[in-house]
Amino acid sequence: MTPTLTIAVPRGALFTATLDLLDSLGIATAQVRSNERKLLFADAGIVTMRPSDVPTYVEHGAADIGVTGKDVLLEQAEREVYELLDLGFGQCRMVVAAREGDDALGESLRRLGRVRVATKYPRVAARHFADTGRQAEIVEVKGSVELAPLTGLVEGIVDLTATGRTLAENHLEIVEEIADCTARLIANPVAHKLKAAEIDSLIERIRAG
Amino acid sequence: MTHPIPPGTRDVLPDEMRELRALTDRLRAAFEHAGYGEVWTPSLEYEEVLKTGDERAAGAGYRLFDEHGEVLAMRSDMTIPIARVVASRYAEAQPPFRFCYFAHAYREVQRGAGQQREFLQGGIELIGVPAPQGEAEVISLCVSALEEAGLRRHRLGVGDGQLYRHLLEAFEVPEERHFEFLEALSRRDLAGLEMRVRQLDLPDLLVRLPQLRGGPEILERADGPVAGGVGNLRALHALLEERGVADRVIFDLGLVRELGYYTGAVFELYDPAVGFALGGGGRYDELIGKFGRQLPACGIALDVQRVHMAQAAEERAE
Repeated sequence: MTPTLTIAVPRGALFTATLDLLDSLGIATAQVRSNERKLLFADAGIVTMRPSDVPTYVEHGAADIGVTGKDVLLEQAEREVYELLDLGFGQCRMVVAAREGDDALGESLRRLGRVRVATKYPRVAARHFADTGRQAEIVEVKGSVELAPLTGLVEGIVDLTATGRTLAENHLEIVEEIADCTARLIANPVAHKLKAAEIDSLIERIRAG
Repeated sequence: MTHPIPPGTRDVLPDEMRELRALTDRLRAAFEHAGYGEVWTPSLEYEEVLKTGDERAAGAGYRLFDEHGEVLAMRSDMTIPIARVVASRYAEAQPPFRFCYFAHAYREVQRGAGQQREFLQGGIELIGVPAPQGEAEVISLCVSALEEAGLRRHRLGVGDGQLYRHLLEAFEVPEERHFEFLEALSRRDLAGLEMRVRQLDLPDLLVRLPQLRGGPEILERADGPVAGGVGNLRALHALLEERGVADRVIFDLGLVRELGYYTGAVFELYDPAVGFALGGGGRYDELIGKFGRQLPACGIALDVQRVHMAQAAEERAE
């Protein structure tokens, strides 16, 4: 039987919990778990990708629904997708962090009138500082953000943290919280209408589970 | 050597142009056959005139000065220009008026990918016919015109743009909080909507209503404070059945459209082959009145390029 819904599943931190959820809904994921390089599982109706690509595939209708983090959705706020459900897992926080002990962030603001902030979430960071009336220079980095304040590239970072351990190990402390982030179920707007029954029954089973 | 064109604009070469022309010819023939005469208006309007119709000039993104320092704007849709035409060129004529158009409109591009700065719209406006007769006529014409154009699986979503607002009022949600609810709805953030409803301990219907979509049976599941709005949709359903197009319509109580001038029913068009809506529209009973002639009206606009994508996909599927 051809699956009625194509589901975009994020590889990475949300991967296992998402597959567990699909298992509980009766969607077989053994193949997906055992096959790290394969991306498309037509029999199960699953496509796997990095979390930040999930909104792209779903927005264009290449996948009907998908799972991704709220952090990704905050960063890609203009995506035209339905955010259907807070799935509850993958809980973490989007925070502003800075070096422990000194007030580098505050001092830079006072004396230089602006603060430099490194992040993988440039739009979330820019919006947060703009909303709180502070001028910030956003430096986008691709790798470990924690390195940036330690080397003097920036005074602060905006990043996602689950336990805060990586921050602590790098002698960084959380100075502000921006948002709580969990995994979300999203849907393509056209699929949301044309496959309403399938999507609603899925939501109902998730809520019941 | 290549030379750039602005993102969101494009060149059309003969192979594609032939197909686009054939598509618009078929749509135009269907519209004309139903009595919708084609009109043409300037791409540039006085900004003030567009603002008469909608305070945001319907999202017009490009402005320039003429030689007298007047601000001109590139139109962002055809509905406001046609409202202007009706009030100024048909000030005394006996309604109803039926118009169709195929014209470019211009919108700001918020981000690079996929968004069009200049796009070809094909649409119809029915002026002087109140709800629900007007809706029934434009919906069935739109569905059959797309059929003429080669689409087979297209569906039309119908909602009521005012429904959720009425619901918020009925449940006495403080006025100053309406915006965040309506904004969550228009961002399609149902999870955020649910969170707000739970936080304020509001009735469950505020979460359930926007998720009701499907055949006429869903109208039975929405009652209480929204009975009036839903009653209009029921009346519309009866008319659509008479016209034999009811099975192509999806009632969608969560449907909202961005433009501010809609006063009642709103529409959106879908085809399973395309991940984006093919077009949309709605009822705008107060728009022409702002230009000086009070007439009820509704219309639908299609994004011709997206309809072309759907048409190509249908051909592949056959």
